Amino acid sequence: MASEAALYARVYGVLMLLLLATVLAAQVELGPLHVPVALGIATAKAVLVLAYFMHLRRQGTLVLLFAASGFFWLAVLVALTLADYLTRAAAP
Amino acid sequence: MSEASLSTSERAQLAPQFDDPHQQRLAATLGMWAFLATEVLFFGAMFTSFVIYRRSEHEGFELGREQMHVLLGTINTAVLLTSSYTMARAVHAAEHSDTASLRRWLLWTALQAAGFLVIKSIEYTEHVQHGLLPGRGFHAHAGHERPGLQMFMFHYFTMTGLHALHVAIGIGLLAGLYFLAGRGRFHRDYYTPVDMIGLYWHFVDLVWIFLFPVLYLL
Repeated sequence: MASEAALYARVYGVLMLLLLATVLAAQVELGPLHVPVALGIATAKAVLVLAYFMHLRRQGTLVLLFAASGFFWLAVLVALTLADYLTRAAAP
Repeated sequence: MSEASLSTSERAQLAPQFDDPHQQRLAATLGMWAFLATEVLFFGAMFTSFVIYRRSEHEGFELGREQMHVLLGTINTAVLLTSSYTMARAVHAAEHSDTASLRRWLLWTALQAAGFLVIKSIEYTEHVQHGLLPGRGFHAHAGHERPGLQMFMFHYFTMTGLHALHVAIGIGLLAGLYFLAGRGRFHRDYYTPVDMIGLYWHFVDLVWIFLFPVLYLL
């Protein structure tokens, strides 16, 4: 079962590379891409941790459903809140 | 699976309401993910608040980000990512009844968690010395009195503070596992507590994966 330990090491290596990428990308002037790039890299890291370290890739539908529920309700919370704030007229 | 087909150690850990160890483990895993869903919303609400204020107080939030110590934040991110790796190895060791490795990986994880808190407190000390702790004593240096800076620091201290609280609780949980592992409580037939605290620890890492770019880089 040493192969699974090696897999964790590879995932860890990719996570560290992504950390390096996000720090370097923050030093570059990316304009409007600045926020999406940083959040995109963070999401990629999160997916790796969820899939490999948290074992979601080998779980059944029921566990995946439970895991997704938190993010689903968070998406509802963010979407409905921003639907209000982003559509308000600017304060005079 | 009928109860007769279980090994002695499996039967010893099986609570009466479950048919077999697999069902017992699934119940624990589902319960843990339900708890983590509440944690996602708990931290998610603060991220949402941050997004709203970052938009309306953009100048102050820009200035706030400039107060962050990016090097220390990067080191701390690396420390937490590494601790997530060592925790994954701890669960893996428990899965294979390797108690000595399990304890070693747990110890590594806890030490890194402690290191994270030490680095975080260095940052906190710096911020407090610069008068950036929100409240009556808040006094930004000359040229730094931008509206919204205090709101940024309020979010910073609340979000990283609650995250640090989770790290501190994690150290306690890891210490408990270390103690129980020393008494030979975990082996391939039963290591659910290691697995569940592993999920908790990876979640704490997950929160920081988003806190770091949001507070230090954007």
